[in-house]
Amino acid sequence: MAIYLLRRLGLAVITLWLLSVIVFFAGQVLPGNPARSILGPLAAESAVKALDHQLGVDRPLITQYFSWIGGTLHGNLGESYQYQSPVEPLLQAALVNSAKLGALALIVIIPLGILGGVVAALNAGRPLDRIISLTGLSAATVPEFVSGIVVITIFSVELKILPASAAAPAGSSFLTQLRYLILPAIPLVFVLFGYIARIARAGTIEALESDYVRTATLKGLKRHVVIWRHVLRNSLLPTITVIATQTGYLIGGLIVVETLFNYRGIGNLIFHAANAKDFPMLEAGVLTIGVVYMVATLIADVTTTLLNPRLRTGVIR
Amino acid sequence: MPAGIVPREAERRQQPAWRLLLDRPTFVIGAAILLFWIVCAVFGTAIAPHNPLAQQLLATNMPPSAAHWFGTDQLGRDVFSRVLVGARTILIIAPLATLLGTVLGTALGLALGYLGGIVDMLVGRLVEAVLALPAIVVILLFVAALGVSTITLILVIGFIFTPLIARTVRSAVQVEGQLDYVPAARLLGERRGWMMFVEILPNVFPTVLVEFTVRLGYAIFTVATLAFLGFGVQISTPNWGTDIYSNYVLLGAGYWWETLFPALAIASLIIAINLVADSVEQVLAG
Repeated sequence: MAIYLLRRLGLAVITLWLLSVIVFFAGQVLPGNPARSILGPLAAESAVKALDHQLGVDRPLITQYFSWIGGTLHGNLGESYQYQSPVEPLLQAALVNSAKLGALALIVIIPLGILGGVVAALNAGRPLDRIISLTGLSAATVPEFVSGIVVITIFSVELKILPASAAAPAGSSFLTQLRYLILPAIPLVFVLFGYIARIARAGTIEALESDYVRTATLKGLKRHVVIWRHVLRNSLLPTITVIATQTGYLIGGLIVVETLFNYRGIGNLIFHAANAKDFPMLEAGVLTIGVVYMVATLIADVTTTLLNPRLRTGVIR
Repeated sequence: MPAGIVPREAERRQQPAWRLLLDRPTFVIGAAILLFWIVCAVFGTAIAPHNPLAQQLLATNMPPSAAHWFGTDQLGRDVFSRVLVGARTILIIAPLATLLGTVLGTALGLALGYLGGIVDMLVGRLVEAVLALPAIVVILLFVAALGVSTITLILVIGFIFTPLIARTVRSAVQVEGQLDYVPAARLLGERRGWMMFVEILPNVFPTVLVEFTVRLGYAIFTVATLAFLGFGVQISTPNWGTDIYSNYVLLGAGYWWETLFPALAIASLIIAINLVADSVEQVLAG
């Protein structure tokens, strides 16, 4: 068990390192000349050189990478080009906001997705199953801004019952904040519903076809007892893993949803950084998302392993 | 008589895949919508009732009416015409990007699955690292660094899809590798390249086809989302995502039609592709 955890952790560290290389490459190598893009095409060559030196981009790439990754490991994520201030406080505040929105979406989606999947599985092959599966698939692939626009049009523009912006006035109560977050959470719920329902469905079908469920049925247990006690317990295990892997998609969705609803979360931060070519901010944001995702998957893997003894000695997937 | 039924059953299974597809209502509906948008992409300017670029500054932000079915936008342009013509950009970029990703991903997946070993492990880690980020974040990072153009979008989306497709093809190839025909062909002294592309590829082709149709939906999703974020190709032809990007701030003022109709167009295209992809998957899975 300890060996498994260590190997899992080791792989996570390697993956994170590769991720940092990719992010560094995209953020510091591809854009070419940062000073020129900050100062504009009309700036004097000497000014560009001076700023290049100040930003440290005239050093060899390897040196740049090590000083960047070294700073990052010490919690120094550099200075934002657009705000001319350290990245961390901005990133931290944004992360808290995104966590609120993400948590709300997950609280709604987990029971809903599992319910959808289980209902589909119990009706496998019937029209209800096809409807749930196809709705889930379509909802999952319609971009968040499209479903976001539809809910804004209905609930905010026409019915006028919910605000079209997610930013609650400063210092408002928990319930007010929640009210502002309802509409932005809906597109995120849409995107995740299909995935979670699909896995819950597959897990339930597998459990329904198992020997122990047949035994339970044959020994005369009522159908709902079989489903609650035998089917659900076994079918929910794979669902946990999927929920964790979907946090990545959730964060991807945050970029769009936070932009549409004008909400100051990490997605909005990344969006503005990308638009302003603020690469220190962009890299820090992207790396943070990677870390959050890795931690979520790690927790999911460990939980699954703890819950399922058969996997403890198994091969790492 | 069973003897009479069995061949008929077998005959039905032997029907070409496209016949089985046409039996599925989901496929027919999806294909019809998809065909509609393809026609719009090709003949858009000829079908559109108005010039999608013509501004009428005296008739801006008009709600839907008999003259302008979907209303007009903030420059007084006809939204209905813009929606029809707007199919073109996305239907050029998304399929080409998906094709690039599928070709590269299939080649990489074949190599990884068949050759295995240290390269497989290293590339596997790299794929994991890319997958640790939502595709849209990676694409945004690269597009911000490289700037936006049709070619950049196709290349970036294609390259990001490559490892995703490779992963699926790789596992399909590994399953094939355990079947008898592979060692048999190897005993005949076939070369590696022949083994991969002539022996194994035709057998994993259904997987590749399903992967292509599913990824096409994601490519549309990605192109539209990038355009909505302001990273759409800035050309004079209308573009759904870009139209939404430039009009959604007016949603709060009640001008919903300029944003909602392009949004519904994107949704219908993606749902159509999903219906097609789902049917293809079901038919090929038997």
